Amino acid sequence: MAWTPDQPLIQIKDVHKSFGAVEVLKGISFDVAKSEVICVIGPSGSGKSTLLRCINALVPIDRGSIMVEGQEVHDPKLDKLALRRKVGMVFQQYNLFPHRTAQQNIMMAPLHVLKQDRHEVEARARRLLKKVRLEGKENAYPGELSGGQQQRVAIARSLAMNPDVMLFDEVTAALDPETVKEVLVTIRELAEEGMTCIIVTHEMGFAREVAGHIYFTDRGVIVEHGPPAEFFVKARDPRTRQFLSQIL
Amino acid sequence: MTPAPRPEQARCDLAVVLPLSPALDPARNGGARWPLFHGYRGLAGIALLILAFALTQAHAQTGPGALSIIATIWKWTPLMASGFVLNVVISFLAMAIGTVLGTFLGLAQISQLRPLRAVSWFVTQFFRNAPWLVLLFYAMLLLPFQLQIGGVAIALPDWLKATFGLSLPVMANMSELVRGAIQSIAYGQWESAESLAFTRWQTLRMVILPQCVKRMLPPWMNLYAILVVGTPLCSIVGVNEAMTLTSNALAAEANHALLVPMYLYLLAWFFLYCYPIARWTVALERRFAIKG
Repeated sequence: MAWTPDQPLIQIKDVHKSFGAVEVLKGISFDVAKSEVICVIGPSGSGKSTLLRCINALVPIDRGSIMVEGQEVHDPKLDKLALRRKVGMVFQQYNLFPHRTAQQNIMMAPLHVLKQDRHEVEARARRLLKKVRLEGKENAYPGELSGGQQQRVAIARSLAMNPDVMLFDEVTAALDPETVKEVLVTIRELAEEGMTCIIVTHEMGFAREVAGHIYFTDRGVIVEHGPPAEFFVKARDPRTRQFLSQIL
Repeated sequence: MTPAPRPEQARCDLAVVLPLSPALDPARNGGARWPLFHGYRGLAGIALLILAFALTQAHAQTGPGALSIIATIWKWTPLMASGFVLNVVISFLAMAIGTVLGTFLGLAQISQLRPLRAVSWFVTQFFRNAPWLVLLFYAMLLLPFQLQIGGVAIALPDWLKATFGLSLPVMANMSELVRGAIQSIAYGQWESAESLAFTRWQTLRMVILPQCVKRMLPPWMNLYAILVVGTPLCSIVGVNEAMTLTSNALAAEANHALLVPMYLYLLAWFFLYCYPIARWTVALERRFAIKG
């Protein structure tokens, strides 16, 4: 049963999740291979964000199975911290720590969770800030940065843990239109470098450009999926067609 | 149809809507750059007026003159000051004990263990809603006069017992401050810390609590100011603090004319000690409100 890199990095099978009487995930299944980039699209409230939170065990699932590198997430004995070291996540509201500078935000987890050497971590933090084009913002506090800049710091903060997969939860939804692009460029570069990404987004142009596979969810189920070329042109299900006609 | 602008009315010559003085109006002095000084001067003036009024009253009643009253008050000032020092010491200690205990109690209130949460909630509510004087009486009655720790006897003087008594409501209020501050931090902070593989304790210590300190500081200082004016309650249980000593001095003088000015003098001490704290709290609140 040992996981080998040729198997899918993430295997999601028949995942169910309810909040009280509301079932938000009604049997979701898909696989994500290493270095694959998938986009999950769909109307608000279709369970996309919940699905991402299930993958890194922020939200426990009720039924089904989520395997991350062969490790079952739906297991009471799960080592959540070990799982979360492998899975990076970026949020819609950035959620940077406002009392720490950009560089400190990036350094905190490698220092205190991975217990890595301070000099090494500091050098990596500077490299990451450069990578997300925020050189010179090392000592800026989140409140002094624009939304797009904050979101790029958040991406760098997540990357500092050297995750095997990155989860992006509508990371441009709270941004001004003019700063959306700088964040999307950063994510595209990551994807091109071979980072495995699961991206929940409303940016259809971006999804078409960056995704290897697109999943359309509505009311807790995957309605339709396929490679972008096929998906956007030949959507069959009326719900997908209606959604795309509203967005595009 | 629109009436012509009438500048003289816009300025309005009704005294009641004019600010007391430009110095007291924070909008005029640029968000109160010297909030302590300006407001302080105005209110200290009012306090002096009241004192002067009380002295003339005393004069009218007895005849010997305001000067002798001032001299008498001056004579007792060292004694009252020594008592006031005890009030300050009691307030400091009770605040320190209450803050430490209250922080733990507040953390227990957000524990993931249901029994711990329930017990700490009950303790908090019990002491928060108990009259301070009743707690003081309990502290005096239930605490021993000395503690035996490994053959060493540590004396527990009355003022120390009273300090423990006063630290209980401080603890309960602090507990609520901590709980409220933690719960006021956006949930996204927890989520992002957890997604970075922080443990719950690391999240609290490095992410949540540092943000709470800033939010808790103004209400915590407010709590301290309330505690200070509560310390004269100790006189009822026989602690020789400022209130007790003032009463003793009055008893020794046996002059009714002294009653009002002497207590007013004591009031002024508390006022001068607490009012700057209140101003400072307001200034902090304003600064934090801007910086977010």
